[in-house]
Parts: sequence; structure tokens; C-alpha cells
Amino acid sequence: MEFLNLVLVAPIVDMIEYPSFFIEVVFGGLMSGVMYSLVALGFVLIFKASGVFNFSQGVFALFAALTLVGLMTGTVPFTLNKSLPELPAWVAIILTFIVMIGLAIAVERIVLRPLVNQDHIIMFMSTIGLAFVLEGLGDTIWGSEVKALDVGIPTGNFLIGEIQIQIFDLWAAGIAAFLVVVLAVFFQYTRTGRALRAVADDHQAALSVGIPLKNIWIIVWSVAGLVALVAGIMWGSKSGVQFSLSLIALKALPVLILGGFTSVPGAIVGGLIIGVGEKVAEVYWGPLVDGAIENWFAYVLALVFLLFRPQGLFGDKIIERV
Amino acid sequence: MALSEQSIPEAILSVENITLSFGAVRAIRDVSFDIKKGEIRAIIGPNGAGKTSMLNVINGFYHPQQGQILFRGMVRKRMRPHEAAGGGIARTFQNVALFKGMSTLDNIMTGRNLKMNKWNVSLLAAMFYYGPTQKEEILHRQFVEKIISFLEIEAIRKTPVGRLPYGLQKRVELGRALAAEPDLLLLDEPMAGMNLEEKEDMCRFILDVNAEFGTTIALIEHDMGVVMDLSDRVVVLDHGEKIADGTPAEVKANQNVIDAYLGVAH
Amino acid sequence: MLYRESGQFKTSYSADQAIFPIRQDNWAMVVFLLVAFIAVPYFGTEYFFQAIMIPVLIFALAATGLNILTGYCGQLSLGTGGFMAVGAVACYKLTTGFPEMNFVLVLLLSGIITAGVGLLFGIPSLRIKGFYLAVATLAAQFFLSWLFNKVAWFQNYTPSGTITMPPREVFGIAVTGANADAMDRYLFCLVFVLILAMAAKNLVRGPIGRSWMAIRDMDIAAELIGFRPFQTKLMAFSVSSFYVGVAGAMALSLWLGSVETAEAFDINVSFQVLFIIIIGGLGSMMGSFVGAAFIILMPIVLTNVMVGALGMQAVTAKHFEFMFFGGLIIFFLIVEPHGIARLWQIAKEKLRIWPFPH
Repeated sequence: MEFLNLVLVAPIVDMIEYPSFFIEVVFGGLMSGVMYSLVALGFVLIFKASGVFNFSQGVFALFAALTLVGLMTGTVPFTLNKSLPELPAWVAIILTFIVMIGLAIAVERIVLRPLVNQDHIIMFMSTIGLAFVLEGLGDTIWGSEVKALDVGIPTGNFLIGEIQIQIFDLWAAGIAAFLVVVLAVFFQYTRTGRALRAVADDHQAALSVGIPLKNIWIIVWSVAGLVALVAGIMWGSKSGVQFSLSLIALKALPVLILGGFTSVPGAIVGGLIIGVGEKVAEVYWGPLVDGAIENWFAYVLALVFLLFRPQGLFGDKIIERV
Repeated sequence: MALSEQSIPEAILSVENITLSFGAVRAIRDVSFDIKKGEIRAIIGPNGAGKTSMLNVINGFYHPQQGQILFRGMVRKRMRPHEAAGGGIARTFQNVALFKGMSTLDNIMTGRNLKMNKWNVSLLAAMFYYGPTQKEEILHRQFVEKIISFLEIEAIRKTPVGRLPYGLQKRVELGRALAAEPDLLLLDEPMAGMNLEEKEDMCRFILDVNAEFGTTIALIEHDMGVVMDLSDRVVVLDHGEKIADGTPAEVKANQNVIDAYLGVAH
Repeated sequence: MLYRESGQFKTSYSADQAIFPIRQDNWAMVVFLLVAFIAVPYFGTEYFFQAIMIPVLIFALAATGLNILTGYCGQLSLGTGGFMAVGAVACYKLTTGFPEMNFVLVLLLSGIITAGVGLLFGIPSLRIKGFYLAVATLAAQFFLSWLFNKVAWFQNYTPSGTITMPPREVFGIAVTGANADAMDRYLFCLVFVLILAMAAKNLVRGPIGRSWMAIRDMDIAAELIGFRPFQTKLMAFSVSSFYVGVAGAMALSLWLGSVETAEAFDINVSFQVLFIIIIGGLGSMMGSFVGAAFIILMPIVLTNVMVGALGMQAVTAKHFEFMFFGGLIIFFLIVEPHGIARLWQIAKEKLRIWPFPH
């Protein structure tokens, strides 16, 4: 009885008694949810357009952030000497995006093209290899120590009633929302967007109606690179650019389970649910088991959900045929 | 009349008023027919008529919303795939569904899985292998070798099936179905994509299976020549409905069937 | 002696179904065993056993387990590290809780306990497939790491949070603890791993292996010819976890001696074992051993060359190692997804018909 009270009643009572604290927790959850959504979005874009589950998406974000910091601080690649001119943030961001496009081209040539029409599972494992390569490469070029990143997003906080709000978080949410809208328009209303969706359905069929698979893949991996860049900037500004950045990819995976691998709205809503869910669980139930449940709670949440709806929140119902 | 019906062999399986839909799409509408012991029964119809869906209902892969299946006198509202397999229904698939990474021999051996003694192939026995599991393997290998020589595929015994040409894959698939010693064999377009010689071989095998083992066969086929030659009775589906049922000659003369295949002027 | 099967006729099905149907392979096996049991102990040093041979054997066993699940049954798992941790913790709790228990029994029970845990985490495979399942196995990895780290009972309430294997003997010879001789530990590993690998080979060449491969190659067809997908997958999950668990128990008791569970068996271990089976060969028992040898030896060779010969800094060498491994994985997946074992098989086939290939 004592136990039930502790698990079921006490946390709820807490929430109701201190509503402003609860709202703050939820708000904090929403903000990390936005971050998860951003990373998950990168996964979904590539999965939709190439059927590849890109495990290296998190390392993409790390690589982009490393490059950005390197350019802004005038670091000479491979040497760690800071003797180049320091670039303003916007120039560095554009240059980094160009680097990410170059990366997309390289990935297409070296990894994807030889693996066209291979099993999905083989493609997936090749992206694990890619993650290792990029991790080593990023550290080799730019050094592996923790770096601060500041691209000029305003910080500080203000109060609404008793609730404290971080200005940075509002900016992050705004930028993420803008990015999502742009991508949605791009996918839904442009010729390239239509071609992307065709490729996602069937590589060979798309090739046979004259869609250049090569270009499509470069485009979509570049877009994923852009999303990774934005995610890298957000996370990097918040907690510094370091190896652990690539681990947010692992946090985004339950989002994919929840939202479905192919659904953009799923990635966004799923990210928000996971963000809020794990924050609330950590704050109200975490102390019962000595904390740090953030690492796995999202997975368990996603799994339990999955048992009831295997195709995810927004996925299509699966009809199996023989 | 009643007497003469008694003398006709009993039905091994009958489907009664089956309706199957996927969301708003009705794949099969209120279809009934039966398959009699020892006959070769053809299911024909234009593309999208619901033939493959019908086979999927019969061996339990799809569950119909309405209707029931009588298999060997037992009423089934819905059948589970492994129950159907255990009850003696085996099948082949429209697009060959072999286990691509395994050899011909292993593929056909999988067909024996339900015939194996559960204790002899249980986990610990299989880990030890020598003894019960080996004895069991050799016993079933002997049966499988009979099928291999019946289908004349001795030369490809150890070849991974992924490397075989299409015609041979279809033959291996038939072998896998036969390995289960089925009472009822469902063949989904066994001759699709074959050249004339391969078709003749396949026809020979089907007739031999039917004659030698007395296996009841239900087959879907588009080659009308083959259907007319092989089958004892034919059921015709169109847009999920049954439009004709009878001997090949009767069906050939049926106006509905002619309309369905050639189109009808409105 | 040429590698040729001409003149070797099989007169029974049992001869045809032998593990090595060709006589020359049998000879190769005999030579391998002589080297492993006589030459290696004779020439080996403490370093050689501790840094190379023992980890190779243990990782080969873990890879055998993962290969059963991923290579044979087609279910990708990223939770190998977590299951090794279960084996290690089970081994620790069993030895400290029941000091009289025979060490071999401890290892087997650790495996069985891990099999139970694996079974539990295999349940989602009822509803989900492919990548969804792979992500679900990550849940196992993170949850188990957290559990063993947070719940002090699993560490017998030691303040440091590390678990240390007490000394144990087999047939009067110390095999665990600080006083156990490296060669004795190696020989014990060798015998144990070879017996378990043999059992795994028997499993995969028999009816159970066929049921796994049927599920892997086409689960729907497998179901329609009478396999029960859920039971088959669960069996693969538990057998696989048994092997991984025993490997974890051996890693603690015979190799490392003392570990901090969450760190010693983290997600990188999961990747390492996955890489072993990719490089060695998905769906090949021999591949697990070759791949393990490769993965253990390669960093040692790389470090020696880059730091020792080229004078690089250790940190830079580590980064290069990352790139090298990643590149190697991509290379293998592109050139030969079935790994070294398949290359070896192709070489053998060519050799068999040499010098008249047509």
C-alpha cells in the first residue's frame, strides 16, 4: 500500500500542488523534445527517400558542429593551430553546409552506390561503419577536446507568472519549426520532392521512369546534412561540442519507433512526447529508483506503445502479402 | 439423384460464403465451392479476381470476415497457418517463396518439419546431434531424396536456391510442398513465367503427384490450355465473385466466363 | 596433398551430412587443434594469453551467440553488451552466493539466466520486425546497464561498484582469481568454447537451424509451411543469449577478473561483436572465430605500427583506428557481405577445380 502510494499517488499530488513547477518541467521536456524531433527528422528524411536507416545521423550532427566551430575559430585542419582568420557565424554556417553537401556526395559515391538494391539490414550496418569513420575523421581534423559554440542565438530568461522561460529555448523551437515547414513544402510541392517520394517507394521503378537516383540521393543526404547542422548548432550551443553529441542519435531512435520510420509529423510529435515523457518521469518517478532513468525510459515508453500499435503513431497499417 | 451424389467422392475441403475485405476493398464476396478428394481443381479468373486471396484464406494466412471453411469435416471459422500446415495443406507461391540462402536439399527438408519427432529434434538433442537427431535427419533425408529424384533435381541438391534459374526454383518449391506429404496441395500459378518445355515438365509432375500419391490439388493458372488439360473441375472468379463452376467443358461454354475474359459490350 | 574431393565417395547420408565432408578439411581441423592445444601453450607468453588468445576465444563465443540470432535467424541485435553484462553479473552473484558450486556449473547457469533475460527481451519480436526490433534491443542494452549500475545488490553492496571474481578451481587447478595461471585459463577457455561452438554448429546444421534460416529468409513462407515464427524467434533469442551470457561470465571470471559492469559491457561491446560477425561472416560459425581474431589483433597491430613505427600520438592513433574499422566494415559490406568465411569458401571452391576451372 505504502509502495502503491509512493508510485501512483504521491507524484500526481506533487504535480497538482505545484502546478507552475510542473509546467516548467513540461516546458523543459518540450524543448529537449524539439531537439529529438530535429535529429529524428534527419533519420526520417533519409529513410523515406532511400530506405536507408542512417545510424550515423548523430555523428553527422557532431561532424557539422565540429566543422562549424573549427571554421569560426580559424582552426587549420589536422593541425589544431588557430592561425586562419576567424569567420563570422553566418559565413561559417554556409561553408559548413557546403562541407555537408560534399560529404553527401562522398557518401553517395563511396557507400551507397555500390550497395544499391542490397538488403536494408546491410545498408544499415554500413551506416554504422560510416559513423565510425566520421567520428574518427572529425576528431582527427578538428581535435577531440570539448569546444564551446556560440553563433549568436540570444540567451537569458524571463518569467511568466512563476514560470521561468529560457529565451534560447524559444529560439530553438522557432528555428526548428521554420525548418520543418520549409521541408514540408519542399517535399510536398516541388518536382524534386515528388521524385524523392517516388524513390522511397521503389528504387528500380524510380530509375525506370527516368528519375536520376544518384542526384536524388545526394539531395536527400544533403538535406539530412542541413538538418544535422541545425541540430548540431542547437545542442552544441547548449552543452558544448563534444563526442557525447553523437549519442543524441541514440535518444532519437525511440522517437522513430513511436512516430514511425516514414512519417515527418510522427518524428515531430514523437519527439515532443518522448521529451516530455522522460523529463516528467525523471523528475517525479526518477528519485524512487535513484535517478538517471532518462537513458532508457524513452525506449521502454516506445516499446510499450509499439506492442499496441506496431506501425507507430502515423505509420500505415501493414498488409502482408505472399 | 441423391444416390448418385453419394457415389461421388466426399469433399476434402469446402469454403462456404467466404467474404474477405481489406478496409473498404472487398477482395472476395460470398464465395462458396468445394474441393473433392483426389481431384485436380483449378481456380481461374482475370487479374485481381481474388484467386490468391482465396488460397490465403484456405491456408489460414488471411482471416475472412464472413463465412466458414470445412476441412475434412471440421468447421473452421478461422485457421492459423501452422494449423493448416499441420492438417495437411501445403502450398506453393505465385512469386517463388523459397529460402534463398539455403540449399535445395535444406529447402525441401524444411517441408518435413512437421513430420519430425519433436523429442528427437529438441534443443538438447540437437545440440548433441549424434544420436536421436542424426537418426531423425537421416530418416527424413531418405524421404527427401525420393522427392529429389522424382522431380529430377539431383544435380542441384547442394546448390543455394538463390542461384537457380526460375523454372528450377519453382520445381524446388513444389518439392518442399510435397515433402510435407500433404492431403491437399495448393499451387499458385505453378507455370507462370515458364517456357513450353518447363511447362510440360511441370504438368507431368502435377499429374504424377495426383495419380501416384492421390494428392488432392487446387491450382491457380492463367494458361487455359494447361487448365483444360489438367483439371477435373474449374471454378471461375471475377471481381471477387464466383461466376462459374463445373467441368472444363462447361466452364468454357459459360457466357459469364466469356464476358469476363473478353469484356462485354455495355 | 591437393585440395580435391575426387575419389572420396560418400556411401551414407551420415557421411554426407558430416561437418567437414571433405577429408582435407578434417586434416586441417586436426592441425588446428594440435596448434591450439600444444603449440600455443608451449610457445605462448603471459601477454599472449591474456591480451590475445583469451579475449579472442571469449569474443568468438559471444559472436557465435549473435550469429545465431542475426546471421541465422535474421534478427538484428544491438544489445549484445547488455546480455554479456547479465552473464557476468549472474556469474558473480552465483559464485559469491553459492561458494560451493562447481565453476563449470556456474558458467552454464549464468548462460541459462541470460537466456531467460534474452527471452524476455525477445518478446517484442512477436509484433515488430527489422529496424524496430534492432532499436528495441538497444533498450535492453541501456536498461540493463542502468540496472546493474544502480541496484547495489548486483554488486554485493561494494562501495566502488566493481564486481570481482573470487578464486575458483576446476579439477584442482586454479582458473579464476589473481593466482590463476594465464595458460591454465587459456586452456580452460579453449575447451569450454570449443565444446559450446561444436554444440552451436550442431544446432545450425540440424532441424532447428533450418527453422531459423527459414524465418530469416522468408518469414511468411516459413509460417505457411508450418513453422511457428514466434516460438522459433524466441528460441533463437534465448539460445543466442545463452552463448552471449556464457561469454560475459567468462569475460569476468577468466579474462578481466574485476569489472565495472556498465563500463566493461557498454554499447561499444555490442558494436564490436556485431563487427566480428560482419567481418567474419554472417551465418558462419567459423567466421565468428576468424572475425574475433581479426577484431582483437587489428588494434594491437595498428597501435604498434602507428605509435611504435610511425611515432604518432596515441590519441591520434585511436582516431585512425576508428576510421580504419569503419572503413573496413563498409568495405566488407560492399565487397563481400558474407565476410572472410565466404571469401575462404570461394577460394576453396576455386581450389577444388584448379587447374581446370572450366
